[in-house]
Amino acid sequence: MTSNRDRRVVVTGLGATTPLGGTATETWEALLAGRSGARPMDFDWVSKYELPVTFAATIATKPEEVLAKVETRRLDPSSQYALIAAREAWADAGKPEVDPERLGAAIGSGIGGVWTLLDQWDNLREKGPRRVYPLAVPMLMPNGPAAAVSLDIGARAGAHTTVSACASGAESMGYAIDMIRTGRADVVVAGGTEAAVHPLPIAGFAAMQALSTRNDEPAKASRPYDTGRDGFVLGEGAAVIVLESEEHARARGARIYAELASVGMSADAHHITAPEPNGSGASRAMLYAVERADLSPTDIIHINAHATSTPVGDVAEYNAIKRAFGDHTENMSVTATKSMTGHLLGAAGALEAVITIQSVYNRLVPATINLDDQDPEIPLNVVTGDHQKLPDGDIAALNNSFGFGGHNVALTIRSI
Amino acid sequence: MAQSEQEILEGLAEIVNEETGLDTASVEMDKSFTEDLDIDSLSMMTIVVNAEEKFGVRIPDSEVKNLKTVRDAVTFIGSAQS
Repeated sequence: MTSNRDRRVVVTGLGATTPLGGTATETWEALLAGRSGARPMDFDWVSKYELPVTFAATIATKPEEVLAKVETRRLDPSSQYALIAAREAWADAGKPEVDPERLGAAIGSGIGGVWTLLDQWDNLREKGPRRVYPLAVPMLMPNGPAAAVSLDIGARAGAHTTVSACASGAESMGYAIDMIRTGRADVVVAGGTEAAVHPLPIAGFAAMQALSTRNDEPAKASRPYDTGRDGFVLGEGAAVIVLESEEHARARGARIYAELASVGMSADAHHITAPEPNGSGASRAMLYAVERADLSPTDIIHINAHATSTPVGDVAEYNAIKRAFGDHTENMSVTATKSMTGHLLGAAGALEAVITIQSVYNRLVPATINLDDQDPEIPLNVVTGDHQKLPDGDIAALNNSFGFGGHNVALTIRSI
Repeated sequence: MAQSEQEILEGLAEIVNEETGLDTASVEMDKSFTEDLDIDSLSMMTIVVNAEEKFGVRIPDSEVKNLKTVRDAVTFIGSAQS
């Protein structure tokens, strides 16, 4: 078998619109400052439907402040967020000159156009079929964000949508790696998006007791690894990166943040929502990613964990890490940035990949907040208090993402 | 109550602006919706439905294909109101 890295894939652009900021840089600075993006929801539907959860990590910069009016009208919020993040990433990469037929897009979403779907359902019921917006279907379809990005940058090598719940954004980056490795494209714009701060998903997640109900203290609600954790905090936004073959990036003299060295994927086939308690599925994804990056497990010095702040999930991920890395587990600095960003579902893996790339590039790991009393069942080396410096020289990090349905995705990021 | 051609034109221009982002001043009587204003069939359907609501008229689907210019739409709406 030829090496997986014969055609190395590098990151040349970053973009994000998140609960912490309207750009990747603003988000990164907020992470280093240890800020929480969770806040009370000031929407009339919160009291109207008597939702048991009254806060979320809502988007920091409203799309109306960034996009043209017609774009906000004709695109579902999930596509709007993706477009904002993609334009930032594309500009950050220096708008590479590339044959459109060698340029791809891969944007995942966990839920898709839920706002459009249900707004138009209301229109149908209240006003009749003529009042259903003619763009309802292209707005609600889950591939809408990938299509919007493809149209915007003129990507003709392929526009793809990965759907694997909370692993969608990471899976899209894995798909993009493959597009470049297999020779289908030289440049791919890849990421994830989610706009599901909507009463229905909130009620659904609350019904399954997945959400934190710490309504009095939103900023303290997302507390991965803490003994007081009681569920995740719903977030929204998008994160997108520009990936290129190293050859293409070098030829145009691009700034290279890091190498997106590999993706490892597996499925639990255990339960529709519960993670496999012993972590064997997730550990296989991690080890596969490490192997495909031509690394040994002991080469990984940092993990940006999935760590959603649910009582069961955080332990299961620890078990998977321990299973994959054994005694090396204690040597790796781990952070759970969902403590600040909340859980962006289909955008989470993409956002955490962006953060891991920033960590490797800047040699800094943002600290996990709200970790007051670490769960003794999760003896990870968690970065708390101040952010942590990563060593100079060649380093490698891992980013985990897991989704309802038993989807496990791990990405490795290597310094350049 | 019937509105003047100018009132209908202005109201229609607002609807077109809302849907497409085109400047209201560009919505002139002799402009073709598809050729000059680059309005696709999906946007046209939205404009028609919004015009029905705004002007209190009914524009049958079979009529929409005949509304080639802004003047066609203004004239149809005016006669439907009277």
